[in-house]
Amino acid sequence: MDFDISDEQRRFQGVVRSFVDDAIRPNVEAWDRSHELPMDAVRQMAELGLFGLPFPEEFGGSGSDFLTLCLAIEEIARVDSSLAITLEAAVGLGSMPVYRFGSESQRKELLPELAAGEALAAFGLTEPGGGSDAGATRTRARQDGGEWVINGSKSFITNSGTPITKFVTITAITGEVDGNKEITAIVVPNGTRGFEVGKAYRKMGWHHSDTHELAFSDCRVPLDNQLGERGQGFRNFLEILDDGRIAIAALAVGLAQGCLDESVKYVHERTAFGRPIGSFQALQFKIADMATKVELARTMYYKAAWLKEKESPYKKEAAMAKLYASEIAVDVAREAVQVHGGYGYIEEFDVCRHFRDSKILEIGEGTSEIMRILIARSLGLPEA
Amino acid sequence: MNIVVCVKHIPDPNLPPEMDGTRLKREGVQGVLDPGDEFGVEAGLQLKEQHGGEVTLVSMGPPAAREAITRGLSMGADKGILVSDDALQNADALVTARVLAAAIKRAEFDLVIAGVESTDGYTGTMPATLAEFLDVPMITFVKELENAEGNLKVDRQTADGYHVVEAPLPALITVTAGVNEPRYASFKGIMAAKKKPVDELSLADLGLSGDDVASKQTVKELSPAEERKAGEVVEDDGTAAEKIADFLAEAKVI
Repeated sequence: MDFDISDEQRRFQGVVRSFVDDAIRPNVEAWDRSHELPMDAVRQMAELGLFGLPFPEEFGGSGSDFLTLCLAIEEIARVDSSLAITLEAAVGLGSMPVYRFGSESQRKELLPELAAGEALAAFGLTEPGGGSDAGATRTRARQDGGEWVINGSKSFITNSGTPITKFVTITAITGEVDGNKEITAIVVPNGTRGFEVGKAYRKMGWHHSDTHELAFSDCRVPLDNQLGERGQGFRNFLEILDDGRIAIAALAVGLAQGCLDESVKYVHERTAFGRPIGSFQALQFKIADMATKVELARTMYYKAAWLKEKESPYKKEAAMAKLYASEIAVDVAREAVQVHGGYGYIEEFDVCRHFRDSKILEIGEGTSEIMRILIARSLGLPEA
Repeated sequence: MNIVVCVKHIPDPNLPPEMDGTRLKREGVQGVLDPGDEFGVEAGLQLKEQHGGEVTLVSMGPPAAREAITRGLSMGADKGILVSDDALQNADALVTARVLAAAIKRAEFDLVIAGVESTDGYTGTMPATLAEFLDVPMITFVKELENAEGNLKVDRQTADGYHVVEAPLPALITVTAGVNEPRYASFKGIMAAKKKPVDELSLADLGLSGDDVASKQTVKELSPAEERKAGEVVEDDGTAAEKIADFLAEAKVI
């Protein structure tokens, strides 16, 4: 048994950490206030090769692996959850479906630009009435000659409206098979007539990540834009979500680690009753609990990523990692605010932003409730 | 254009230093490429990008110092030379320069780049001594440089502006922190570094003996810098402004 990441992964983790300290930390508060994705930061992340990490070099990637991507997401999330989710969604949700399910010509055409971070892609599954009922797709695509004609809408779509967003891969009903909806994935380039990117949402957290509602009305794209087999769209997207859960767990661990680091620093600096507050057991117990949770959550996402790398089943472990990491992230962020007292409620303090950013982790890419259902089913419990 | 960059593996300067008597503990502590040397590596890589050739990193240190070379190779340097020998444990700056000179002379070089001073020892004497051993001209505090047909033309930072200095190659220059923006290593760079050659040499490989590397200087004692004294608090009883003005006048700032 070996719990170590490789020397190369450790070196790269160090590189990303210095990049975050130099280029992100000094600006994160201003970005958060601006509610706009900082494209300069995205460009710098692209130069570091972050957007191409898990893809082979022939598609412009760096040929690393999924865990290395997770390590980078964790490092960024220590300071900036908005940029961490931008990276996670771009690679895990935007590019990965093309790499996993695209035809050779789609991969050759679409991937290099995405892997270089020169363009971003988004993933459109959730609909206004969807959410946990992800199969309740209402968006339809009908075939008309050589084209798909798409009508419907999508909600909460990350990276769908940035200045460099190239396309969104959506799921749509393309027919019916044995009384069941046939769902197919289709690539819709931004700028296509009939495809409208709505105004950016105003969110509780993740302020400078880019999130929009999308509307399609008689939007026409060539039949060739189908991604993967017809009727496999929903199943393929669920597979993508399994991976995404590990990446979200990494993001949650990063946020919790950031809260822990800030708290440890603060209890050394702040004195009350004539001594540093870190000398009080009440604070020591909090910090010890925070550190324990962070460590356990990290170990679990490493394990899920490791199972995935060695091509063992990992669906249950990915759900456990996501469930545990996102719930402890909210706990740790809440306790970090408590440790900081009144200052924790002030925006200049990182833990304030972390607390706002944490809640979505229990919701996005599968709620905690869905994670529990997946885990229960994996134990053989009956479906409702 | 073949460029040699001197790099040093030092204990992480962001952590409190651990001492072993009068010596800085170098083994068993978190080490990093001297942050000052990153600027030298970047300068070397930029020259290579303009003129072609190779960037070779040279270091002297314990086997763990290989990590500093690996870091530079990840950034894009081509190969490394590490001189490592138990007899070098107490090496002073003169010995270091003699050893580095012997290693550098084995390579074909047009330019040697070094930091102005290391972030751990701070003697600042090594580069000048090295230039002497190599018998090449030296230009310090370089902020801009170009290679104009075998002649090196540099802007040399001064307190008031800069000098424009020319020297024939081969030459040695020192660069200060802040002259450029050292690039981050990419994952590809880190993977590529694994396959780049690093020569590990002993004193014998360089044709040097124990006598050649006997240090002439020893650090006898260390004492910590005096802690800054607590400030004086002036309570305003109506004369505070006057007291502050007197204080400033005494410090000759008004």
